[in-house]
Amino acid sequence: MFKILRREQIVPNMHLLEVGASFVAKKALPGQFVIVMTDEKSERIPLTISDWNQERGTITIVFMEVGTSTKKLANMKSGDYLYALLGPLGMPSEIENFGTVLCVGGCYGIGNIYPMARALKEKGNRVISMIEGRSKFLIYWEDRIKKVSDELMAVTRDGTTKYQGHVPEILRKMISDGKKIDRVVAIGCTFMMMIASETTRESGIKTIVALNPVMVDGTGMCGACRVSVGGSTRFACVDGPDFDGHQVDWEELFFRRAAYINEELDSLQKYECDVYP
Amino acid sequence: MEEKKEIPRFDDLKKEAQKEWRKELKKAIPVKERMKIPRQKMPEREHDVRNKDFFEVNLGLSPDQAVEEARRCLDCPNPFCVIGCPVAIDIPSFIKLIEIGKFSEAARKIKETNSLPAICGRVCPQESQCEVQCIVFKSTGVSVAIGNLERFVADWEREKEEILIPQLANPTGKRVAIVGAGPAGLTVAGELSKKGHSVTVFEALHKSGGVLAYGIPEFRLPKRILDAEVDYLKKLGVEILNNFVVGRTATIDDLKKEGYEAFFIGSGAGLPTFMNAEGENLNGIYSANEYLTRINLMRAFEFPNYDTPLPKGKRVAVIGGGNTAMDSVRSAKRLGAEWAAIVYRRTRKEMPARVEEVKHAEEEGIEFLFLTLPVKFIEDERGWVKEMECLRMELGEPDASGRRRPIPIKGSEFRIEVDLVINAVGTSPNPLIPQTTKGIEVGKWGTIKVDFNTMATSIEGIYAGGDIVRGGATVILAMGDGRMAAYSIDLYLKNKNSR
Repeated sequence: MFKILRREQIVPNMHLLEVGASFVAKKALPGQFVIVMTDEKSERIPLTISDWNQERGTITIVFMEVGTSTKKLANMKSGDYLYALLGPLGMPSEIENFGTVLCVGGCYGIGNIYPMARALKEKGNRVISMIEGRSKFLIYWEDRIKKVSDELMAVTRDGTTKYQGHVPEILRKMISDGKKIDRVVAIGCTFMMMIASETTRESGIKTIVALNPVMVDGTGMCGACRVSVGGSTRFACVDGPDFDGHQVDWEELFFRRAAYINEELDSLQKYECDVYP
Repeated sequence: MEEKKEIPRFDDLKKEAQKEWRKELKKAIPVKERMKIPRQKMPEREHDVRNKDFFEVNLGLSPDQAVEEARRCLDCPNPFCVIGCPVAIDIPSFIKLIEIGKFSEAARKIKETNSLPAICGRVCPQESQCEVQCIVFKSTGVSVAIGNLERFVADWEREKEEILIPQLANPTGKRVAIVGAGPAGLTVAGELSKKGHSVTVFEALHKSGGVLAYGIPEFRLPKRILDAEVDYLKKLGVEILNNFVVGRTATIDDLKKEGYEAFFIGSGAGLPTFMNAEGENLNGIYSANEYLTRINLMRAFEFPNYDTPLPKGKRVAVIGGGNTAMDSVRSAKRLGAEWAAIVYRRTRKEMPARVEEVKHAEEEGIEFLFLTLPVKFIEDERGWVKEMECLRMELGEPDASGRRRPIPIKGSEFRIEVDLVINAVGTSPNPLIPQTTKGIEVGKWGTIKVDFNTMATSIEGIYAGGDIVRGGATVILAMGDGRMAAYSIDLYLKNKNSR
C-alpha cells in the first residue's frame, strides 16, 4: 500500500523518504506527522511530514538514523513497501500573519522547518530561516529553504558557513541588536529546542517548539507522549506536537525520552548482529 | 424517525421453542432432574504455571461436558437470559442444539445475532448479563454456564467444521462508513453486510479489533481467535481499511462526498485519565492503555524479537479495579514481577471487574490493597518512580454511581515501594470526531450524544455506539449498541430510498 518511491541519504545519517500515500498528501498541513511501521515487528515511529505532493499523491519525510527503527527505515530501498503508515496526525501548526518569524531548524528539523517557512511566507510573514549543524556538510535543503524565506542563516559550529556558533548565541545577538522578531519556531533535537526557548524567555518572544516525546499509537489512546506544559499534562500526539516553549517542563521531557535507553541499545545490538553478521 | 426496538424478540423465540424436537427434548428429562445436574467446571491451566506465560488460562469445555451442561437448561417458556443479553442471542435454542449434539448448528444460531461468538464467549461479563437472569440461577444459585457454552460451540465450528457463510441479501447499492474496527464497529459491519449494504470500516491501527486487539491480553483472548472472527466478517463482504484515522486522514464530511450515505462512529475510548497527582509523569508510570498496547498490539513481551520495548517491574502497583486493571496486573505478573498488586480506593464489593478475572488474579498471586488511594509518586536519583504515597480511605454515603463514596482518612499517609506503576483509573472519549464533525452534539464528558432507542446522533444519517457514547463499558454493551445501530441504519437507508 505504501510504496517507497525514493529513499536517499541526504547528508551522513540523514535520510529522505518519499512515500506514496495519497490520502495523507491530500490532507497534510505544516506541523503534522505520520506514524510509520517498517514491518510487522516494527515499532510505531512518529515522523514529521516535511513535504507533500497532492498530484503525485506522495509525502516526503526527513529522518535521522539513530536506533533500530530508524536504521531499519534507512535500510529500505526505493520500490519497497512500508508495513503501515498513518496520518496526517497532530494539530496543524498555527499559521497566521505574525510579522517577522524566525524559523530555527536543526538536524531532522531542517527538513521539518521547510513546510513551516513556506506556509508562514504565504501568509505574508517576513521569514528568517536559521538552519544549523556541526559543519557545512551536515546542512541540507539550503536552496529549498532559501526559496521560501526572506533571509537564510546557515549556522555551523566549526564556522564552515557564514555564521559560526550555536543557535542561542546568534539568536541572543539578534535580539540584543534589536532585530525585529515577533515569533520563533524551533524544531530539532530536544536540547536545541530547550535552549532556543531559554534564549527568548527574557525578551518574551513567543517561541513554538515541536515536541518529540516517546509515542506508541499516535492517536490519543495510550498517553505515552504526555508532556507537562504550563503545569498541566498534555498529549503531544493530539494536543501538539506544537507547544509554547516557555511553558514546557524540559527536564521531564528529557527523562521521559531516555526511558528506554538500555532497551534501545540491546535492540540495536541485536539488529546489527542480524543484519551485518 | 420511527422508533422501534428490535429486541427482545420473544415472538420469534417462542416459535422456535414450539418446534417438535424442542418439545420432545424438554419432556425427555424432568425439570427436577435437570436442576440436580451440577454446573460443569471449565478446565483451566494450573495457576503457578499460567502466571509465567501468555497462553490462554481457560481451556474450554469438552463435548461431553458441553452436552451435560446444556441439559441443565430448562428451556423456559419466557427465557429471561435473552433479555439480559445486549445482542439478544437466542440462548435456549443454541443450548438445546448442543444438547442434541448439533454443535455447529448451535454456533450458526448464535451468529444470527452475534458475529463474534468466540470473543463474547471469552470476554463477556456473563454473570451480570445473561446468567444473572437464568431461572436455574434464581432457584439454585448456580446458573447455566451460558458463556462457556457459547465459547464451546464457536471453537467447535472454527476448529472442526468449515465456517458457514450465511446467505447475504441482494446488494442495495448503499454505502456505509464505519469508524473503528472495535467490537461496536465490527458488529454494525457484519449486520449491515448481511443486509446487502456495502460496508467499509476505517481503522486507525494496523490491526483490527480495537480494544480486543490492543487491550485484551492473549491469556484471555488469543489473537488467532480475534483474527479468525475478523476474517469471518471479511467473508461476509466487509471491507476493512487499516491505517486510516477518520477525522484526520479524511473527515466524515469528506467521506460523505465520496458517496457514503450512512455512518457509524465506534471510535472507542480515547485519552487515558490521569489523577493529577504529584510525580505521575515519572518514568515507570504508565497508563494501562499504553502498557497493554505495548504488550498486546506491539508484542513487547517478545522484545527484542519485536522492536517495541517494555521495562519489567519487580514491584508493580496497578491503580484501579476494573477489567483493564486486572489485565494489566496479571500481565505484569507474567512478565516476572515479584510483587504485583491492585490498589483500589473502594472495597472488593465495589470493584467493576468480572468475578472470574478477580478470582483468576487472586489464584495467580496478585495482592489486593483496598481502600487505598495513591496521592504522590516519589522518584529515585535516575528520575524513575521508586515509591508511592497513599492515603487510607473509608466508605461514606452512596454517590451518583450508587456505590459508597470513598473518603480519605486524614493523616493516614503511608508509602509503598514500587518500580512500576500502571494507571487504570479510566479513559475519556477521543475528541477527534467531535472536533472535526460540524454540528455533532456532545455530552458533558465529551461523549457523543445519542438516542439510545436508535443510536442516532444529532446529525441525520450518523449513528454512534460503544465507548464513544458510554465513556467506558464492556465489549458486549458496545456490540449491543452496534446491533441496535445496524437496525436503525438499515431502516434509515430504506426510508431514504423511498422518499
